[in-house]
Formats: sequence, structure tokens, C-alpha cells
Amino acid sequence: MAVTEPVVANERDVADAELARRLDRTWRQPKGFWGWFSNTHHTAIGLRFMVTAFVFFLLGGILAAMIRMQLIRPENSLMGPDLYNQVFTMHGATMIFLFAVPMMFQGFGVYVVPLMCGARNIAFPRLNAFSYYIYVGGALCLWGGLLTNTGPDVGWFAYVPLSGPQYSPGHRTDIWAQMITFTEVSALGVAVCIATTILRHRAPGMTLNRMPILLWEKLVLSFMVIFAMPSVMVASSLLLLDRLVGTHFFNHSEGGDVLLYQHLFWFFGHPEVYIIFLPGAAIISTLVPAFTRRRILGHTPIVLSVVATGFIGFGVWVHHMFATGLPQLSESFFTAASLMIVIPTAVQFFFWVATMWNGRIWLRLPMLWCFGFFFVFLIGGLSGVMLASVPLDTQVHDTYFIVAHFHYVLIGGALFPMFAGIYFWFPKMVGRMADETLGKWHFWLFFIGFNMTFFTMHFLGLRGMTRRVYTYLPEMHWGPLSALATAGVVFMTAGILVFLVNILRSMRMGKIAGDNPWGDFSLEWATSSPPPSYNFVHIPMVNGRNPLWDGPIDQPLIVGLRDDIRETLVTHSLDTEPQHKDEDPGPSIWPFLTALTVSAAFIGSIFTPWAVPIGAPPVVVTLIGWLWPRGHSPAPLPGRESWQH
Amino acid sequence: MSRTLQLALLACLTSGIVSCSRESRILRQPPPANDILNTVQISGLNPGANSIPTPPPSNMYQESAYAVSEGQTLFEQYNCVGCHAHGGGGIGPPLMDRYWIYGSEPGNIFATIMQGRPNGMPSFRNRIPEYQVWEIAAYVRSMAGLLPKGVSPQRPDEMRVKPSESSTPPQIPTGITGSPEQHQ
Amino acid sequence: MIASFIGVALALIQAKSLDPGGHNMLQPAAPQASQIEWLYWTVFWILLVVYVLMIGAFTKTAVVNRSGATGPLPIMTDEKGDRRAKWAVGTATGITVITLFVILVMSIVTGKKAAGLTSKNPVTVQVTGHQWWWEVTYPNSQADQTVTTANEIHVPIHTPIVLLTNSSDVIHSFWPPNITGKRDLIPGYSSAAWFQIDKPGIYRGQCAEFCGLQHAHMGFSIIAQSVEEFQSWEQQQLKPANEPGTPEATRGRAVFLTHSCLMCHTIRGTDAGSRLGPDLTHVASRNMIAAETLPLTAGALAGWIVDPQRIKPGVKMSPNPLAPDDLQAVVAYLQSLQ
Repeated sequence: MAVTEPVVANERDVADAELARRLDRTWRQPKGFWGWFSNTHHTAIGLRFMVTAFVFFLLGGILAAMIRMQLIRPENSLMGPDLYNQVFTMHGATMIFLFAVPMMFQGFGVYVVPLMCGARNIAFPRLNAFSYYIYVGGALCLWGGLLTNTGPDVGWFAYVPLSGPQYSPGHRTDIWAQMITFTEVSALGVAVCIATTILRHRAPGMTLNRMPILLWEKLVLSFMVIFAMPSVMVASSLLLLDRLVGTHFFNHSEGGDVLLYQHLFWFFGHPEVYIIFLPGAAIISTLVPAFTRRRILGHTPIVLSVVATGFIGFGVWVHHMFATGLPQLSESFFTAASLMIVIPTAVQFFFWVATMWNGRIWLRLPMLWCFGFFFVFLIGGLSGVMLASVPLDTQVHDTYFIVAHFHYVLIGGALFPMFAGIYFWFPKMVGRMADETLGKWHFWLFFIGFNMTFFTMHFLGLRGMTRRVYTYLPEMHWGPLSALATAGVVFMTAGILVFLVNILRSMRMGKIAGDNPWGDFSLEWATSSPPPSYNFVHIPMVNGRNPLWDGPIDQPLIVGLRDDIRETLVTHSLDTEPQHKDEDPGPSIWPFLTALTVSAAFIGSIFTPWAVPIGAPPVVVTLIGWLWPRGHSPAPLPGRESWQH
Repeated sequence: MSRTLQLALLACLTSGIVSCSRESRILRQPPPANDILNTVQISGLNPGANSIPTPPPSNMYQESAYAVSEGQTLFEQYNCVGCHAHGGGGIGPPLMDRYWIYGSEPGNIFATIMQGRPNGMPSFRNRIPEYQVWEIAAYVRSMAGLLPKGVSPQRPDEMRVKPSESSTPPQIPTGITGSPEQHQ
Repeated sequence: MIASFIGVALALIQAKSLDPGGHNMLQPAAPQASQIEWLYWTVFWILLVVYVLMIGAFTKTAVVNRSGATGPLPIMTDEKGDRRAKWAVGTATGITVITLFVILVMSIVTGKKAAGLTSKNPVTVQVTGHQWWWEVTYPNSQADQTVTTANEIHVPIHTPIVLLTNSSDVIHSFWPPNITGKRDLIPGYSSAAWFQIDKPGIYRGQCAEFCGLQHAHMGFSIIAQSVEEFQSWEQQQLKPANEPGTPEATRGRAVFLTHSCLMCHTIRGTDAGSRLGPDLTHVASRNMIAAETLPLTAGALAGWIVDPQRIKPGVKMSPNPLAPDDLQAVVAYLQSLQ
């Protein structure tokens, strides 16, 4: 099929330039207004995921600031209970569904994974684009709701019966439930794309044994998404049926079960937080070797830990329900599982320390954020060990102790690595380096503010302050600590503002980054910054776990893919033998149009059941447009380089 | 892109202005208006001109799903179901049909509850606060399917006795001595 | 590193602060809460050691292994160091597994102890959660021996108490942090939570599961008394309401029975028999009103009656604009209902 042959240096440069020119013409990304909506290249979609998710991070942060301002002193009257309930529900829902998964899994995954695999584009690029638009549809559905006083007000988890038809009248909870549908469809789409890219589009030579930890993690994550998301879709769909159709799934008077909702929700909910944390851990596993200048110690155990976390993560969900009065024996089982899941993460921590212990640390900005992760996530993880125990959990469940715990693990485990990853891959995405000094200001302001806010919450929780309270009595003596927690918001906001200034400035005025400013070893650094539309001039071959460190100067390359059509290489999942060639479908407006019709059908069905029969035909039409056969690409012109099998 | 941004901003602004009354939760009640009972009419007959001189009072609570849901709760809690069941009637007349003895307008229902009626309807003046009477009146109209679907309650968390109000087809009122119907 | 030590010191100081009557899980007043507090501190110290060791390792690498280089350094390998490191990681993992196992055993043992209280003669308290108050009954096979009250639970000391949970609407959670861990009140489920209090006192609790608009103001209190005091309280609660002793109180009762009050509240011995709101037969024997939000004083009562929505917006009780004399009378009557 493809032939691999060493090419002589000076001839190669000339041939490369010509090849690059032709590839650029073939893979060119469409321009203009409609071109923007037709783009299916993974770098564009990945950047859009990241930027959109960050916008929702900022919006969710504004909501958090509102919460803290309301709680700054007892019996504050900044917000009444109705608005407060909407604000904290939207804060949780936005951060988890509209920021954490879209940024950590979808954004980083879609951008980095094909580059790290050595592929030209992600698998199923139109499904990838559709996933982005449907995510935006869900986000607009939810925030449109908030702006029309229809924001959900039942908590981000929306327990029945409070979220049921009797106690949550109107359409607020329906907006929430339908947003779930949107974002879960989006996540499932991206999971399929990423899993397929990792399994079938890896560069030849990148056997599973040589696959970077980040690719392993994204593979595990894709399967976690595929198994976990349906559970919350079932929960939200049953809730919608109860609310809109009159079923009795959660109506205990008619034989339904209130706890069923909790089981379904948390069966998703717990893997969800690992879906948020594992990308963070993988970013650390990627950055530590780069900034310690050595191969990571314990590559295989770390990979096994990631896989184990993925599996065990599905077996711990009841620890969110320890206060419901379930039998002791079953609760103890989940205590054991929740303690067991600490072990893989501990193993990763030990190997990170071991890698750094014998290395020389180049403490640049991404590495600084890695250290932030170590300090912050460790506290969150250890407080999590406390929560695994049933008696302890019955005391601190639904208090600010839990709020402190999960912010430490989510912010420490996802946000700190996110910033590390942004600063790390920023040169690759934009072609310029971010400013180190501003980045350090960002780090320290955010670190101080974060600890000021959330460490204090541990004490508030131990002192009995429950969650989701719009105010509290002065006699409870929670005022001073709450004020301290609110003060931290100032520092965090300042830090984020510095970050925005840094990014916006560096996009125009940052130092030009070369292909590989960090001297890292994975394949995305083997192409220019930013990558061209075709990613790599030649599909690379991989010789070891650290391709750019292990590969020789005269590393063989793959030749033989056509440059006049968008041809990609499909390899065997285990040993990456080239198997066949596939044609990338190219830019297409149909994913966007399909997302429009599907969004209309979803949102309409909240208001009337007629939206289903009326909304379905446009969906079918757009799907037909999407799936319309394209015919075969013309045969290559004679005289072009042909390939042998 | 900037054009898209402008469109998005415009959408946000307009949607914020058109804030949904269905979702409003009126937590601080307006003070009771004592002249309501003077403006409500049961009969549509007037000597002289044919039109009703003053427009009948409206019920702001019937636009809020929360208020109608509160009305549903109060309907059961204040034991309206004791005579009217869940709209099917018994000792009292049914409320889910087309026939409204004393008028189906919100003001008429309000007056019925506040004043009482012959043959057994008690007067709840000074017993049920006014805003709660409006909420119950809104719920009563929803029992006959006269409120929009989004505002009418869905199924309660109890045993099912009848289809929910939001899936009740509208029973266009024909009063026995009904006041002229305003458009819904 | 320094910051984390300061933080830990703060933790110790704050948690053990001498806040009188602290609504605080680390000030246990009952065996259940004591056992959980013991477990908390044990686990805390174990985890603190772990934390200090790990932070020490990270700090060491950040300080000692740091290079001041401006560009990427050459790649390095260290075979011998790696072998040592692998042994270290293996050992650390083994210690982690053992530590986690120890924590597991301690947790299960503590759980069994805390939940293991059973008795043939407990005092049974049934708590039904409403939006946003607690209905408390002491069930008895004889209906006229069943005590019904609201928001305040009296229990005798040195006696096992079994709490039967129920909910009339949404999920609530019963949580007195000084006494025991929380138990959810789930509609359709009834569970039994046991506890025992050995020290007399007043212990506050709060609803710990988001239940709607006034979840923040849904408190309760447990009053632990000697057995004699508890029995006399019980007897008092079983009696019907006091007859009004003053003309003002008589007028107050008349106002109560001719306005919207009787639509929701019960005062046994009068015509008011509605079960929608808290039972007011002995309201003046309680310390607080409005689910532990306001003290039981004339001013607070008056303010609450006239406009509860101002204090707890969204609460189910309606505003009652009474004439001033009527209001005074009602307040006087309620204060006479010992």
C-alpha cells in the first residue's frame, strides 16, 4: 500500500515544499461567513470548543461571584431565593456541562488527538462539527432560559420530586433536562470521533505500547463517555416524560421511585467527574516529562492507572447517596470501591514525583501550573478519602466541606492542568509564546484567591453550613468565614483578567514560537505552529514512546497518500500496519444545518409535543443532505507518483 | 464574525426584555384591592347600552405557572375537593366542564369564592387571603382547560384521578346566566 | 508549603474554637457524633502525614531539582535512579493500600458502632418534612397519647431514640451535627435512624437537602432533658390548649378563629383543626418560631404574622394584614399557649 523509503535531505526539502503547496490547496479550510460554518477541520473545531467553553467558564464565574456576594454576610438581600436558586443551579450546570467536559475532553481532545496521532484530520469530521454546533445549541438553550427567567432552579442535579411536575412548575426544569440531551449528544459524538481516531488513525509504528499517555487517557475517556452519558440521558428523559407527558417513573404514589433518579443520575455523575479529572491528569503526565527532560517513569503503570480509574469510576456512585439510608452492607461496598479508586491516582502521583526526583526541572509557566495542580488536587483528593467513609460522609454531606472538596479536585484537577495545557499548547495553536511574567501573575493571583475562598469552606462545612442556602442566620457565626471566602473571589477574578490580557496580547505580540518551543517529544511538535490545514507534510512514523526524542534524523516517512484529494491513512488498531486509505469528506454545511434542525426539534419539544412530528422532517432532510453519497474522487492523473502494495 | 456577534447580542437583549411571565414567581403579594367585588358582574344584561361599562378584572396569577401550581395545592389543602372533587363535582357542581353557573371569568370565580353562593358554597372572605383566592381561581380555570398548556399544571405527585390540566382540552364556557365571555 | 502549614494550623484553631452552642460536627454531644468525630480526627492526622510527605517531595523537586536554564535542556536518563525510584513507588503504593485498608476498617467499625444502637424501648419520634418546616410526632398506639408538635424535638437523655423519617413533598434531610449524621427524608421511603444523647442541652439542626425556596431557613432543634422533664413536657403537650386568661387573649382567640389562621393551623381544644401548617396548641412552649428562624417574642410573632414573606420569601404562609389591636390580641393569645 504505502511505501516507506528514506529520502535524501536536499531533494526532500524541494519535494516537501512542492508537496506542501499542493496539500495546502487540497486541504484548504473554507473562508467567508458560510465557510466558517462549513469548516470540519479538527483544529478549527477544537479551538471553537475551547473558546466557547472558556466563555461559559467566564459566565459561570460571574454567577459564582454573584453567589459569593450574596453570602458575604448573614441575611444579605442582594438576591432573593428565587434568583439565587437559578444562579447556583446555572453555575453548576454551566461549569460542568458547558465548560468542564467541552474544554477538557472535547476541546483539548479534538485539537490535540489527531496531531498526536499523526493524522491529517479527526475521524468523522462532520460528526465532530455537528457535536460542536449541538453543544452551542444546548448552551444557548440553557442561557436563553436564564435570560428569560426560565433558568432551572432545582440544583445542577435536579433531584425529584423537587424537579418533578408538581414542585417545579413551568418549563425551567425542562430547559435543564433538554440541555442535558444536547450536551450529551455532543459528548457522545466527540467520543466516537476521538476513539476512532485513536484506534484507527494512528501513525504507523505507534503501537499501543508506544501510544502517549494522553492518547490512552482520551481513549479511556471516550469509552467512559459512551457508557456514562446514556445514564444521565435516561434520567433526564424520564424526568421530561414525567413532566411533559404525565408518566410516573418518579411518582411514588403510583409505583414509581424517587431514588431511581438518584441512582441513574449518579451512575453518570461519578464517571462525569473522572471525565473531567482524567484529562487533567493526562496533561500532567504529558507536561512532566517535557519539563523534566526525561521520559516519564512508569509509563505502563500510569496507563494502567488511567484505565483502572475509568473502570472503578463506574463502581462508586452510591457514595453520593450515603445519607439516603441505604443498607449498611451496600454502603460499605461503595466505601471500599471509593477508597480503592484512590490507588491508581496515588500511583500516578508517585510516578510523577519519581520522574521529577531524578530530573532537572525547567520551571516554565506550564510547569508552574503543574505544581499548582499537585498542591491543590492533593488536598481535594485527601478530603475525598475522608468522604469515602460513610459515617464521615453523613456528617459532611451537603455542607460546604463537600463544596470545598469538589472545587479542590475539579479546579485543582482540571482547571490548573487546563491552564497548564493552554500555556503549553498555545504556541502550537497560535504560533506565538504566551508572556511568562503575566502568566506568573495569573498563577499566583489565582492560586491565592482560590485557596482563600475554598480552603475556608472546609471550616464552614465542619461548622455546619449547608449547601444551596441563599442566606444564613447571624447566630450561626458563619459570617466572618463567608466574608473571607468571598474575598478570595477578588484575587481569582484578577488572575483571570490577567490571563485574558496575556492571551489576547500574546496572540498578536507574543514571541514567535517555532515548531517545538518546549523541545517536547510527541508528534504534534513535528509540524509547524500553527499546524497547516493538512497537519503534516508527510505522515510520520514512530519508533518509540517519545517519537521526537527516539526517532533518528533520517526517520522514514510515509509517502503515497494523494495530495489532490483529502486522503487519510487508516491503520490497524494494535500494530498500526497501514490498512487502507480513506477520503476525508471535506468542508460541509450539513453538520451545522442538522444541528439547527435538531436544536429546533429539541427545544420545541419542551413547549409542545407537536415539535416531534413537525421537527422530525427537517432533521431527516438535513441528514439526507449530510449523508448524500459523494461518489468517487477522480482517478489520479497519469504521471503522478503511484504507490506499491 | 462581528456581524454574528451583533446578532447574538441583539438576541440576548431582546430575550431579556421579553422575560417570561409564565415563570414569574410573585413572592411579595400586592396589597388587597377592595373594590374588585364591586366591578365583577355575573349577568351580562344591562339596561340601555349593551356593553359592560367596566372591563372585568384580570388575574395576573393565571399567567404564572407557579401561581397556578400553588392554586392546585391550595385547592386540595383547603378542601375544595371535598365538594368539587378534582373537578368532577359531587356535593358541589363540576368545575371541569363547560357550564359555569356564576361565570367563568377570573373575577367571577374570585367573587364566587369570596362571597359564597346559594346552596352550599361557603364564603371564604377573611379566611383565604386574596392572592390565594386568585391563585385558586386561576387553577379552577385550568381545570376546564382554559389556561395555556405551559401554565397549566402537569400531573401531581399523587395517585392519578384524572388527566392533568395541561392535557385537558379547552371546555369553551357556556354559562347558564353567563356573563359575556372575553377572549382568552 | 508555608501556606499549607498555616492553613492546617488555622484548621485546628478554627475547628476547635470555643463557640458556645456551636452548630458544629466537631463539638459532639452524643455518642454517634463522638464516634464520627473520633474517626474524623484519626483520618485527618493520617492524611495530614500523607500530605506533608507528598508536599515535601514536590517542594524538594521544585527547589532542589530546578534548573535555571532558559531553553530546553538535553534529554537525560538515569537508569540507576529509575530502578531505585521504581522500588520507592512500589513501596509507597503498598503503604497507600495498607493505609486505605486501615481507613476502610475504621470506617466500617465506626459506622457499625454509630448505627448499631438498638433497643426494645426506644422513644420513637416521627419527623415528616414539609416545605419548609418539620412536623414532629411521637407516635403512640393510642391516638390521644400521640404528641404532635413542630420544629422542636424533645428527647430524654440516656435513652435510645429512633427517628422515623418521612416527607410530605420533596426530599429533605434531617441533620443535627452535634448529635449524629444526616438522614434524608425521602417521599415514599421511611427509614429509621437511631441516636442517643447523654448531655442535656439544646442542639440545633438544619435541613441538608435542597428543598426549594426556603431551604436556607429550615432549621429545627433537639432539646435533650432529663427523663422526668421529658415526661412532664410530654404530658403538657398532650393537654389541649390553655383557655385564654385575659380579655386580650380571648379577643385574640376570636380573631384567630375568624381569620385565615384557622385555615392552616391546629389549636386543639378550639375549632382550628387544619394540618397544613405547624401545630400551635403549645406554640409558646417552644423557643423559636418559623423553623428556628425567629425567637418567640411578641415582636417577632407580630412581624411574622403580618408579613412572613418579608422574612422568608416564598414560604407557604400568607401575609395577614390585621388591625393593630387584633394583632396584639392574637400575639397575646399565642403567647399564652404554653
